Amino acid sequence: MAETVKGDTGTWEIVIGLEVHAQAISNSKLFSGASTAFGAEPNSQVSFVDAAMPGMLPVLNAYCVEQAVRTGLGLNAKINLHSVFERKNYFYPDLPQGYQISQYQHPIVGEGVIEIDMPDGSIKKIGIERLHLEQDAGKSLHDQHPKKSYVDLNRSGNALMEIVSRPDLRGADEASAYLNKLRMILRYLETCDGNMEEGSMRADVNLSVRPMGENKLGTRCEIKNVNSIKAVQMAIAYEAQRQVELIEGGGKIAQETRLWDPAKGVTRSMRSKEEAHDYRYFPDPDLLPVTLQSEWVNEIKETLPELPDEKKHRFIKDYGLSLYDASVLISERARAAYFEDVAKGRDAKLAANWVINELLGLLNKNGKSIKESPISAPQLGGLIDLISDETISGKIAKDVFAEMFETGKDAAAIVEDKGLEQVTDTGAIEAVIDEILAANPDNVAAYKGGKDKLFGFFVGQVMKQTQGKANPQAVNEILKTKLG
Amino acid sequence: MSMDKETVRKVASLARLRVTEEELDKFAPQLSGILEWIEQLGELDTSNVEPLSNVVDIAPVSRQDEINDGNIQSAILANAPEAQSGYFTVPKIIEQADN
Repeated sequence: MAETVKGDTGTWEIVIGLEVHAQAISNSKLFSGASTAFGAEPNSQVSFVDAAMPGMLPVLNAYCVEQAVRTGLGLNAKINLHSVFERKNYFYPDLPQGYQISQYQHPIVGEGVIEIDMPDGSIKKIGIERLHLEQDAGKSLHDQHPKKSYVDLNRSGNALMEIVSRPDLRGADEASAYLNKLRMILRYLETCDGNMEEGSMRADVNLSVRPMGENKLGTRCEIKNVNSIKAVQMAIAYEAQRQVELIEGGGKIAQETRLWDPAKGVTRSMRSKEEAHDYRYFPDPDLLPVTLQSEWVNEIKETLPELPDEKKHRFIKDYGLSLYDASVLISERARAAYFEDVAKGRDAKLAANWVINELLGLLNKNGKSIKESPISAPQLGGLIDLISDETISGKIAKDVFAEMFETGKDAAAIVEDKGLEQVTDTGAIEAVIDEILAANPDNVAAYKGGKDKLFGFFVGQVMKQTQGKANPQAVNEILKTKLG
Repeated sequence: MSMDKETVRKVASLARLRVTEEELDKFAPQLSGILEWIEQLGELDTSNVEPLSNVVDIAPVSRQDEINDGNIQSAILANAPEAQSGYFTVPKIIEQADN
């Protein structure tokens, strides 16, 4: 299943670990009372702490700690009751302190694991090495002025959760499946909005290659600036090929930071970062170690929602859905809740079909989310009830559905207004059939002479005559007896 | 542990401090002396002692998640050597990329 690179000397395995920076959902920053809202006037959401004015002291936002713990629990990870903030020292214009407050030797969350869904329907477990809390830096704009860079500190001090995976990923598909699943979990937990376009979730890719069958890891490169799942896939494809060609050409991989250039579709070396890699971490003397009570951690655990993988397994088991259908339905919490509302007391597979094939299709076409659906879950349930009790046929139901989407009316009202009830009265159907058989003696003779295909013609005529309202099963049965 | 001139040069460069050759000759033995002095602490057996992170016995302080700061753009920019349109401006940062 894993993607490989075919080189001149043989097949190469791609080994990937991802570092994801997820901005914790909170009103205020990790160490100050300034707002975290996106898109404000430059430098308007900056306190003296965030601007690193002399003498200002950081005070930890308790809710950010809770968000990190909640995320750790959602990643099935060990929560460390003792963790330490350290200073990571480097110089950059958007880092006013000259250091980033981060966690290094003692992160708040230790090892965990999440499941990713492989295209062949199997499940692969991906190890999480750690999650630690840290401050975000400000933002530099390089394209506003020919000779200047502009610095906005609004983002400076926002709480980030850095989630580091084990090098368990074996290609671009697995990397994007991992990112999708991680984002889904964060959204279920409501600890990060997962919005890659606004930068509230960002990924660095650590990649190395090794000959197939080799157990030792190759030298890795870290690729930065990959800001979408698409970019992650493209950067992986490019970088894996580059490394294989370099090694096969007799070269050696240098452990370095590389930058993904989306315009050129290449990764390039960021030599300037190398010197800065000596971060000289030390415990931040302004902040005491974080000590948590296990009772408090358990209280948070009690409040966790059902997570995507649990929900998926339950949908398959309790509703008898396929893995594919279950995966589509659980991808958003609101979507899963909608489905469960529709399925309650009804045929779950029928409910899944209507939600996935009809509703999601139409919502998607109209650029709407499930929360904006003009058809509520009880309304869609009402339509399905009309199909199940044979008031309308499945074919008519699609027309009714389209009108419900358009008008927001109940299915029963539309069916009544337009007189769309299915004709199940066999006497009435029989009368129509007799009429049609009498009007088409040639075709009746041809059918009896062996032209079986004409059966469809008769069904079509009956449906035309009854405006699609005749119960198809009854039509088939009566036609068979009459023509038999 | 003694510090040679090269180490001092590296530490100074990481801290963005410009030092002359003569200063390196002076600082290397001084810094070595400081380190050796501190290293005397290593003679104590601390294998059964928890690292000390807090000399006064106070519980860690934390904040509620409330917005009660910010909206002081002009104060934030007041001491900036240069600012434009609400941004700090600095000499252009050019990422030294090659390959």
